[in-house]
Amino acid sequence: MEGMIYLEGGALYRGMGFGASRTNVGELVFNTSMTGYQGILTDPSYKGQIINMTYPLIGNYGVSDIDWQSEFIHAFGLVTRDISFRPSNRCSVMTINDWLAGQGVPGVYYVDTRAIAKRIRKEGTVKCVISTEGIPRETAARLLSETNLRCDYMREAGTKDVQHFPGGGKRVAILDFGIKRNIITSMTNRDCDVFLFPYDSEPERIMAVRPDGLFLSNGPGDPQEATRGIETTRAFLGKLPIFGICMGHQVLALAVGGSTYKLKFGHRGANHGVRDLETDRSVITSQNHSYAVEAAGVERQGMIVTHVNLNDGTVEGMRHRELPIFSVQYHPEGSPGPNDSEYLFDRFLSLMEGGRNDA
Amino acid sequence: MPKNEALKKVLIIGSGPIIIGQAAEFDYAGTQSCKAIREEGIECVLVNSNPATIMTDPGIADKVYLEPLTAEALAAVIERERPDGMLAGFGGQTGLNLAMELEQAGVLRKYGVRLLGVNMDSIRRAEDRNEFRQLMMEIGEPIPRSVIATSLDECTAFVREAGYPVIIRPAYTLGGTGGGIATNDGELRLLAERGMENSAIGQILLEESVAGWKEIEYEVMRDGKDNCITVCGMENFDPVGVHTGDSIVIAPIQTLRDAEYQMLRDAALRIIRSLEIEGGCNVQFALDPDTGAYIVIEVNPRVSRSSALASKAAGYPIAKLAAKIALGYSLDELKNYVTGETSACCEPTLDYCVVKFPKWPFDKFKTASRKLGTQMKATGEVMSISRTFESALLKAITSLEIRLDGMRAPHIMSMTDEELLAKIDFRDDERIFAIAEAMRRGRARNGTSPPFTREAIYEQTKVDRWFLSKVDRIVKMEKTLAENAINADILYEAEELGFTDNEILALSNVPREVLTDIRVYNDIFPVYKVVDTCGGEFEAVTPYYYSCFDTEDESRISEERKILVVGSGPIRIGQGIEFDYCCVQGVWAIKDLGYEAIIINNNPETVSTDFDTSDKLYFEALHIDDVMNVIKKERPEGVILQFGGQTSLNLAEALSRRGIRILGTSFASIDLAEDRQKFNELLTSLGIPTPAGRSVTDRDAAFGAVQALGYPLVVRPSYVIGGRAMQVVYSDAELMEYLDEAVSLGVDHPVLIDRYIEGKEIEVDAIADGTDILIPGIMEHVERTGVHSGDSISVYPPHSIGTDVERILTDYTERIVKALGVVGLVNIQYAYDGRDDHVIEVNPRSS
Repeated sequence: MEGMIYLEGGALYRGMGFGASRTNVGELVFNTSMTGYQGILTDPSYKGQIINMTYPLIGNYGVSDIDWQSEFIHAFGLVTRDISFRPSNRCSVMTINDWLAGQGVPGVYYVDTRAIAKRIRKEGTVKCVISTEGIPRETAARLLSETNLRCDYMREAGTKDVQHFPGGGKRVAILDFGIKRNIITSMTNRDCDVFLFPYDSEPERIMAVRPDGLFLSNGPGDPQEATRGIETTRAFLGKLPIFGICMGHQVLALAVGGSTYKLKFGHRGANHGVRDLETDRSVITSQNHSYAVEAAGVERQGMIVTHVNLNDGTVEGMRHRELPIFSVQYHPEGSPGPNDSEYLFDRFLSLMEGGRNDA
Repeated sequence: MPKNEALKKVLIIGSGPIIIGQAAEFDYAGTQSCKAIREEGIECVLVNSNPATIMTDPGIADKVYLEPLTAEALAAVIERERPDGMLAGFGGQTGLNLAMELEQAGVLRKYGVRLLGVNMDSIRRAEDRNEFRQLMMEIGEPIPRSVIATSLDECTAFVREAGYPVIIRPAYTLGGTGGGIATNDGELRLLAERGMENSAIGQILLEESVAGWKEIEYEVMRDGKDNCITVCGMENFDPVGVHTGDSIVIAPIQTLRDAEYQMLRDAALRIIRSLEIEGGCNVQFALDPDTGAYIVIEVNPRVSRSSALASKAAGYPIAKLAAKIALGYSLDELKNYVTGETSACCEPTLDYCVVKFPKWPFDKFKTASRKLGTQMKATGEVMSISRTFESALLKAITSLEIRLDGMRAPHIMSMTDEELLAKIDFRDDERIFAIAEAMRRGRARNGTSPPFTREAIYEQTKVDRWFLSKVDRIVKMEKTLAENAINADILYEAEELGFTDNEILALSNVPREVLTDIRVYNDIFPVYKVVDTCGGEFEAVTPYYYSCFDTEDESRISEERKILVVGSGPIRIGQGIEFDYCCVQGVWAIKDLGYEAIIINNNPETVSTDFDTSDKLYFEALHIDDVMNVIKKERPEGVILQFGGQTSLNLAEALSRRGIRILGTSFASIDLAEDRQKFNELLTSLGIPTPAGRSVTDRDAAFGAVQALGYPLVVRPSYVIGGRAMQVVYSDAELMEYLDEAVSLGVDHPVLIDRYIEGKEIEVDAIADGTDILIPGIMEHVERTGVHSGDSISVYPPHSIGTDVERILTDYTERIVKALGVVGLVNIQYAYDGRDDHVIEVNPRSS
């Protein structure tokens, strides 16, 4: 099977195809994680995106029953240097090839993924056609120009109905923009009683379960498109402890009156250093975001920037000066990535128990 | 947390002479730490006894003491220098042991010397088996069932409970000296007694065996603020049971799911935190492939061979950063040296695959057991980088200089099935080639009949199925090349998997011209990519390259005048760190003259492959194909071969034939010096005596030579370094035995037979520029002739030869240098029998 990706601007990369026989148009991004492709592909935050993995050997340990971060693959395509048709791991139940085929997702391998990543670094994330159907260049070019990329996928990436994950401890209401499973697990492991709400739920509907805290999840797209989620969040400011991750962090910024902007090519990987300005300690984080919070905007609204990215100084975390509200841009739940920041879930728990935000 | 301003002067302990398990990597670590310290304006005092190192060169440390590495000598240096702090974690086990001794003797306290980076408690808790186990239990890290023993009775009692096999590890040794796996009472007695002898405190650890589990290592760093990162995770090709120094190691980890990767990363971080190390640390794990359970095998609370490997594999200079941390900096205050912009508090991400392959000395020690176990036997290693595992593996094999162009080892391919299975079972240095042959036989028999199905090979070896599938892919390509007419697609695919030209030619049976035509017509040449720690996310400023078959070439070719220095490859007997020393010196001199200095080498332990050393580093095999590809790309004004020992010198003919300009002594001169026949004729024409001798290629000729020359005789193979299997023979029986056991005699492997001259051995080193000659040194050997110069005690200046003899030596040397047309370095070995000086050997290169 042939495979190709065609980029806005005319660049064409030809290689081999795998997975589904299909053509998709999406935003081409790169991820630098060396492990965790299954978690990445099933992370709803990648909805609408075609992922170029910089690590060249993908599929080595196959696909398992336990590493899903949601029900299915959200990414629109996968681009790699090489794939393993004979994976090896005790948990592997199928190959990445069979998995993508079954999920209807096209993959391209045998292309220079490093060259592609460098192009994205220089030119920014870019609109892209991925095809394993052997379409001619002209067809790809036409498809590309006809398609407008959506940036409101958070409206459909999350749950449509309220879901309940029972627990005996604190009750958490989650506003779901496209949540990763391990965030829920991180809460239930702490005995939380978790209610998952659609991102656009009315505040009253959420209050009805009498939550102890509100959690804002990760999700795909431009946070400014999550208007109803932003409004709902605003209604809870000062009423409940709030914790946000990734898009949840951006939504929180917008809810308090701050602003967000799009990064040239975002942060996607498991190796970014982040400094906690309040403890003067640094950790390695898992990241996946295109947008970032503008520091000055949130600082004017009573927030304190608590975490910064060690490489480019962007905002990685913030908290309210008085209220029990905090958020981080990165992923303390890992999956994939380091578990170094798991303690943030404990901090949320302690806030729900009435603890101080600056502790 | 900026640097500790109280530190004005710091002492570094080197690692002393090269021994198995402690080689060039500590020159690399020591040199880096000296640089890191001096950058801060802190005075740096170095103590080391090994002169063949870059770190003992003027200009690296502020002061160098070439002293024995004993507590006594160090105490004297400390008393004299009064350093404020001491770095003990950069000199291997030697450095740590000395720090312990100095602490116990009260020397550090007496002179107020702070131990930096690692404290006494950390060393003790990491090194003392009992304390280590205690600590692991405290922090909840799983360890194997075991017992600390100081007597055989304790050992047998443990085995009665835990059963065989058991692993024996002596406390406080390096490279696992004296350890092993016992499978019965006899082996247990042998290993336990030897282990107790080898241990500094007569203590051994007996533990249940987890042989067959995956072996995984992490290089971890921690700073004084308790920030921690992992620099590199590595996976061993060989399962637990083979010392990691004797294992083929792959970076990054290939077969772990993220959850498993993070589980072990978390454990590694917990361990370095519990040991409170400020700097680098290596943690080794065993992971059960069937259950996912793991145990901690070992921790090294210092920089090590693995950290040198990880530094080069990931592009992250661990020793340099460990030194900065020891001075007080925290990781998040330091910059990533490769990008120059981003933070050092990050975890390098690789967008390539790295393979480390050990270099063993069994070609020199024919009678040594090749079996691999818990005691390290490799003297050195090579590293290779590529975009696929297959290609990295084949590049590594090419780098080893073991006369193989790929995975086909003739003596293994000719084995019977039973022999092959026994070979695989025996687990020696050639096992991977035996596995490849088993795969080959499996393919030939459709992979269905035991014992050569992939699953059977897995059960027998426990080498992860992923690695086996990759070996199988190479074997499949061999078959494709053998069975199909070669075309551009097949050639590209073979190149992409790392096949060398020689291997492609041998398998496909096409003439070289055809291969060249296909290659040129279709432009099938490698491109070069940068090692940048970040998968291309940030721009890299370091010129550190590797070749691969891909589309984009990142090597930026400058307009400068360039010179290429060919390195010396892996450390082996007879070719040690001294050649790296020469290469680095050469690179510096080239830079000083305003040229761009480019180095090509494949040894991850060395200073020459530090991306700080040259203007450009190509991490490549020193095979003619690879060197030519770099030359084609860079078009240097010339190539320097005389610094890299026999490895680079062996390229002289091939490069010369391709019209490449060799700077210094020409190929014709090199050939003249190395060709026994021609060289003897030259000496005769010069009237310089040399022992009568012959070069023979078969037995009859050998005994013919005996007739002519008479015993005693010196016998040795020609064209090899380090006098492999050189021997003095006194009788027919001894000669027979030598020809039978030590060498493979043949047209391609002639043996030199010389009359043995009993007397003093004297070495003259000279440097010549084509006109003038300088003789910086005449060295006299304490041992008489017949003992290899590398095994002799040398004395400089000579003490027992008269000025008349020296005059003759000088005269001979001058005439030989002139006649040979030496431009550069030369080493000449003479035998003085009381009447005259006889030329034994000339090496037209650094030595």
